[in-house]
Amino acid sequence: MGETSTKTAGNGLSGWLPTLIAAGLFAYFATLVPAVAEGNVLRLVYDWVPSLGISLSFLVDGLSLTFALLISGIGTLVMLYSNTYLAGHPQYARFALFLTSFMLSMLGLVLADNLISLFVFWELTTITSYLLIGFGHETEKGRRSALQALLLTGAGALALLAGLILLGVTAGTFEISEILAKGDEIRAHALYLPILILLLAGAFTKSAQFPFHFWLPNAMAAPTPVSAFLHSATMVKAGVYLLARMHPAFSGTDVWLWTLTIFGAVTAVFASVLALRQTDLKQALAYTTLMALGTLTLFLGQQSGYAITAFVTFLIVHSLYKAALFLVVGCIDHATGTREADILGGLGRAMPITAVAAAVAALSMAGFPPFLGFIGKELKYAGALAVASEPMLVAGAVLLANALMFAVAGVVAFRPFWRRADGELPKSPHEAPWQMLAGPVLLAAAGAIFGINPDLLQSTLVNPTVATFLGDPGEAKELKLWAGVNLPLFLSIATFVLGFVIYLLHRPLRRGLADLDARSPNFDRGWDNVLAGLVAVSNWQTRLLQSGVLRRYLFTVFLTVVLALGGTILARGVWEGAPDFSDVAARNWAILLLIVAGAAVMVVTRSRIAAVAALGVVGIGVALIFIVFSAPDVAITQLLVETLVVVLVAVAMLRLPFLDPPGQSDHRPVDALLAIGVGAVVTVTILAVIGTPFDTRLTDYFETASWPEAFGRNIVNVILVDFRALDTFGEIAVVVVAALSAYALLRTTVKDKKQ
Amino acid sequence: MNSIILRAGTRYLVGILLIFSVYMLLRGHNEPGGGFIGGLIGATGFILYTLACGTAEARASLRIEPQVIAMVGLGIALLAGLGAAVFAEPLFTGQWLFIGETEDDKGLPLSTVLVFDIGVYLVVFGSILTLVFAMEEEI
Repeated sequence: MGETSTKTAGNGLSGWLPTLIAAGLFAYFATLVPAVAEGNVLRLVYDWVPSLGISLSFLVDGLSLTFALLISGIGTLVMLYSNTYLAGHPQYARFALFLTSFMLSMLGLVLADNLISLFVFWELTTITSYLLIGFGHETEKGRRSALQALLLTGAGALALLAGLILLGVTAGTFEISEILAKGDEIRAHALYLPILILLLAGAFTKSAQFPFHFWLPNAMAAPTPVSAFLHSATMVKAGVYLLARMHPAFSGTDVWLWTLTIFGAVTAVFASVLALRQTDLKQALAYTTLMALGTLTLFLGQQSGYAITAFVTFLIVHSLYKAALFLVVGCIDHATGTREADILGGLGRAMPITAVAAAVAALSMAGFPPFLGFIGKELKYAGALAVASEPMLVAGAVLLANALMFAVAGVVAFRPFWRRADGELPKSPHEAPWQMLAGPVLLAAAGAIFGINPDLLQSTLVNPTVATFLGDPGEAKELKLWAGVNLPLFLSIATFVLGFVIYLLHRPLRRGLADLDARSPNFDRGWDNVLAGLVAVSNWQTRLLQSGVLRRYLFTVFLTVVLALGGTILARGVWEGAPDFSDVAARNWAILLLIVAGAAVMVVTRSRIAAVAALGVVGIGVALIFIVFSAPDVAITQLLVETLVVVLVAVAMLRLPFLDPPGQSDHRPVDALLAIGVGAVVTVTILAVIGTPFDTRLTDYFETASWPEAFGRNIVNVILVDFRALDTFGEIAVVVVAALSAYALLRTTVKDKKQ
Repeated sequence: MNSIILRAGTRYLVGILLIFSVYMLLRGHNEPGGGFIGGLIGATGFILYTLACGTAEARASLRIEPQVIAMVGLGIALLAGLGAAVFAEPLFTGQWLFIGETEDDKGLPLSTVLVFDIGVYLVVFGSILTLVFAMEEEI
């Protein structure tokens, strides 16, 4: 998406309106901070589907407010940035709509207090991010990446839906705040494990945990501002948010602890190693996002105050520096036309403001004092050391990831600006306009300000957020730059040393990693194989089932009926004994005879018109039965439909070629067997149904209610147009669609014939 | 089919069938009938006309394309259902107005339910004729 014009405006209404919406939302959420800091929890409830216990309820507590502020705040800067980055893009209005919808879905997701509305917003983020990732839909890569993200997170979301429903049923409520209060009950429930697995499947796919990590770097096909937004605060953090939201109800068991710790640690280390291997700055950043997600997941496994404080702090740190760095990379791309780490160099003089913003953000990422990143890193070590069972293992993983992070920060934000350029850049670099600088500068500055003055975050966001996990803001650990000489400080120093060594050696390391990567299994290629396998299976079963021969379709359908119904009858033994025919009236026997005779003629005759007429006789016989049992409405309908069918079939069939020319294979014996089978099964079923006592509750209701409530004496019609009017509406819609489709189909063949 | 007797008879029958179909539609709420049956009878009338005089003439006398009729019917049915929203009731709740209501007599009942039934009538009428015309013309 590097190709943009240098115009600074020109997107009109769609250019500044999203920025204003996001800024307005940010201002609104900022006004809620004092109330939440005092420990209040705000709830807003609208009825949605009250009969199913689904409401559109929103909850503002520390956790959701922190997320909401990050989403709307970074959203504002990203929208402002995009307006210039994509200035004059022919589809900018579409882009602005996608981005705004995405932001709103994400806000809905973090604020939702009902499992079902949470899921609806969750899927809205899936769809809107699909549209955003696939914004460059002219390229094969863009389409593939978007589809991959959609399929993978969509599949996870299906698991999530099942998990949420199970959870809601288990807890007896779909309101999240009520469920969280029942933590002990849920953890002790027999369904705890299945629910947990399903929720984790949703969260891990969305937040790209190993082994579902590969879609996220591919999602870099999106325009850079989108990546900044998706990676810093939003889409990929949705899974982490879900885990955080469910933490009070689910954490504390061994399964929770070990699953999150292991998956988090593996993702963090694996991703930071891969981050070093990338030469595209954006790809490198994408892998560091994976590392951050892994780390966040890792800390969510714990329950200690240190781990949770580390989680909250690192969440904020990461959002600030990651958005800033993505926007910086966008500026570099915009100014030079390339993102290749090996080509870029010497930009510091041409782009001083960008360079400073990048440096500040990168120092926060690398965890230098006095930036917020340093506090975050110290807390991470403290949190890792507070792990009860394997502190050194967890701390080791965090150390390795942090050191690699340090090196990547140097590669992304230091080398392009300050090392000497080896070769020619595609474009001569220039400073970006202020709309594009605002984001990196403000976000980097925020990291510095919060680092120097951590009290600003402590009471406003960190304490209330920790309280949503542990119930008590007092559990939050203090954010401070100087915590004395302790083990975390030594680990920090070790990080810097190790990180610096890796940075110096990163080029040979990268080559080694590239070799290793080429020989190790590739998940992205694996994904292609899975998709190809899926297509092969569907091709195979389509050839098997959809032969295109009507005879065979009907045969399959009726055979299924016989096997399903007959099997059930045999297995359950519903046979009620021989029915009693003694009180059947003579005229009913006559009607029966008529129907049987009609059917017999139809089977035996070789004349098509006679068969159609005989079929009509069968239908009229059925209509007679309706009349005898006083259902005139149904009888009239049956008669009319029968008439129409005879007319239509006669019109169509008279023009068809003759059936079964002599000499061709005769299907009749097999068909006859099947027909007898269907007849027998249906007869036994009807006898069994008649044998059971008839439940007259509905009949009684309609009989008593149809005149007083719907002012009609014809119950059938009253049901059709009043009690079940919605059903009828659905049916007539089907009738219209069927007629139009048939019309279109017949029209096409007419045209084909004429050509 | 080119039969003078059929053609002559059809001209009278079609009118009668159409009137009868409207009669069936309107009596449907209390006696056997209703939009579905009415629509079927109306369509039968026009199919008879098609068989006697051909689709071109049938289309000409119908004036409006049958698929348009079907879709308009669907729209009418939907509007009748949405009408309940004006009275802040759930969708498709019937709304009634009795003109000239007295103690013993309900007077002339007008309702969204009848509007809905008219929609059903038009859908059935239009859809079946769409099919029949298309088939006749194709062959």
